[in-house]
Amino acid sequence: MKIHEYQAKEILRRYGVATPRGKVTESAEEAARICEELGGRCVVKAQIHAGGRGKGGGVKLAKSPQEAREIAGKILGMQLVTHQTGPEGQLVRKVLVEETADIAQELYLSITLDRSQGKPVIMASSQGGMDIEEVAAKDPQAIFRQAVDPHLGILPFQARAVASGLGLKGQTAAKAAKLITGLVKAYLDTDASLAEINPLMVTGGGDVMALDAKMNFDDNALFRHKDIVEMRDLAEENPLEVEASKFNLNYIKLDGNIACMVNGAGLAMATMDIIKLYGGDPANFLDVGGGASQEAVKNAFRILVSDPNVKAVLINIFGGIARTDRIARGVVGAIEELGNVTLPVVVRLEGTNVEEGRRTLSEAPFPFIVAKQMADAAEKVVTAAKGGR
Amino acid sequence: MAIWVNDETRLVVQGITGKEGTFHALGCRDYGTKVVAGVTPGKGGETVEGIPVFDSVAEARAATDANATMIFVPPPFAADAILEAAAAGIELVVCITEGIPVNDMLKVKAFLRDNPIRLIGPNCPGVISPGKAKIGIMPGHIHKQGRIGVVSRSGTLTYEAVWQLSNLGLGQSTCVGIGGDPINGTSFIDVFTQFARDPDTDGVVMIGEIGGNAEEQAADWIKANYKKPVVGFIAGRTAPPGRRMGHAGAIISGGKGTAAEKFEALKAAGIHVVESPAAMGETMAKVLGA
Repeated sequence: MKIHEYQAKEILRRYGVATPRGKVTESAEEAARICEELGGRCVVKAQIHAGGRGKGGGVKLAKSPQEAREIAGKILGMQLVTHQTGPEGQLVRKVLVEETADIAQELYLSITLDRSQGKPVIMASSQGGMDIEEVAAKDPQAIFRQAVDPHLGILPFQARAVASGLGLKGQTAAKAAKLITGLVKAYLDTDASLAEINPLMVTGGGDVMALDAKMNFDDNALFRHKDIVEMRDLAEENPLEVEASKFNLNYIKLDGNIACMVNGAGLAMATMDIIKLYGGDPANFLDVGGGASQEAVKNAFRILVSDPNVKAVLINIFGGIARTDRIARGVVGAIEELGNVTLPVVVRLEGTNVEEGRRTLSEAPFPFIVAKQMADAAEKVVTAAKGGR
Repeated sequence: MAIWVNDETRLVVQGITGKEGTFHALGCRDYGTKVVAGVTPGKGGETVEGIPVFDSVAEARAATDANATMIFVPPPFAADAILEAAAAGIELVVCITEGIPVNDMLKVKAFLRDNPIRLIGPNCPGVISPGKAKIGIMPGHIHKQGRIGVVSRSGTLTYEAVWQLSNLGLGQSTCVGIGGDPINGTSFIDVFTQFARDPDTDGVVMIGEIGGNAEEQAADWIKANYKKPVVGFIAGRTAPPGRRMGHAGAIISGGKGTAAEKFEALKAAGIHVVESPAAMGETMAKVLGA
């Protein structure tokens, strides 16, 4: 799960991470008032879940409350396009209005899971404000890494090592070590999957502050973090994905025109891959669960066909414990219940009782295109999507 | 022979009184596995279809001499269930549960460094040695006893591979689902190490997916140490970066863990890579026939 910058800063402040003063708002008037409270100068920052907001024109400096009102008026309601939003951009509904900062130096600091070590790892770099992936690619030496034991948390000497890795000295290094400790504690306590401060700012006075903040969370741990679940902003997510999540369906919207419904995540990815291999473009990833119950199939189908780009549907189910003939009856039932399905639907069933399953499909009133193997299914659905069924 | 699971397996089922636990405990018993006990705290003394239920794994082990466990405990309590089994001295722990928090698994992983047991999963279909025994949720009857090993991060895609092999008359020695989570107990390398020693495994089908670098590490190891033929497929070539593709571990992050990188690593290790998931079985047949 993702949250906004202003929410990540709220969490980090609780752990002693210093941030610029500021408030979030949905109105340009309010933005002007906040700017006034902050002393008449401020930064107006679009709040969307994607990164790259500054380059996309979503972060602007205002030298007066009047200017803050104008800027907020322009940013609020704009479709902000960044390298992470796709060409259509993301609608801005909120702005964070913050005091301006006296920036002496911009650094990078984050913590995330290192899967091969089986530990969280802190990454720190003196090249802040930049895309860290670029830094990592060009100059891996420029990133200082420190693994953290999940039992012990971060130890004082490790925090000092990271501060030193950032090239900091004296009082500033001590302040940075405190901030680093807070960041790691916040990451571990909230079951985050990423906590990133980019840039981490050193002020002219030698203070250390999070100028930006990003946190993502482990979906599997949300059951023990009610407060974080409340921060979820459904408006930032794809409406079809939100709808699918209500039925515990794993659905991810993609750009193609061949909808696919598969049981199991690995087989679902492999199905997308084989569609592409045969010259088609998948419209989504969808895992209906290993058992592929009739209820799951019905809800999934409804969501798939509500994507206006879809020209054909591929259902690929491997019946293991759940018998293929029962799954076939489930698919037939779901389509009958939905009524008026006019898209070509290719079904490939494999596994237990497959002959009976295929017969159920061929005898159904709906003109299913029955496929035998995965390759046959991919070929048929790609042809169907091009209009030649 | 086969790896990890065989006629000597004596299985405990943790979470046996739940719907899934009961269903799959009986499924394993029907397949021929010796299911000797169940565990559900607070339900000690009951039975499930003749299988005695105990309050703890330690009690179950003391009473039945169990040497393996299969876990169906819900995600918030599953890490504890793994640790309980390890503390009780169970040698093989197969965790089926999907959705365990990463931080819980990090703690399990750290604990297991000092307690050498074999953990398979979590979020996996389990292990089967066809014709002998199974610990898991896979449909036994699609398998066929034989000489091909299968190792995979996914469930139904493994069944797909097994089905392709069985239909071509290529039976399996052991099939291991290592699970779709970012932190798991058994790596590809652990499984290949076993297959290398198993005289009854001729070739291996390896199924990876996007995310992490377990496939790349396995490829390096295979190149240096593994002499039998391997057929490999990686799922997720079409997956967009930054999105979790169902499995918690299947995500391309920071530009790393792409299918393209993994296909390259497999090829460089001399693995027979298939671009199409429909060609796993036939490629193995061709490789063994040549």
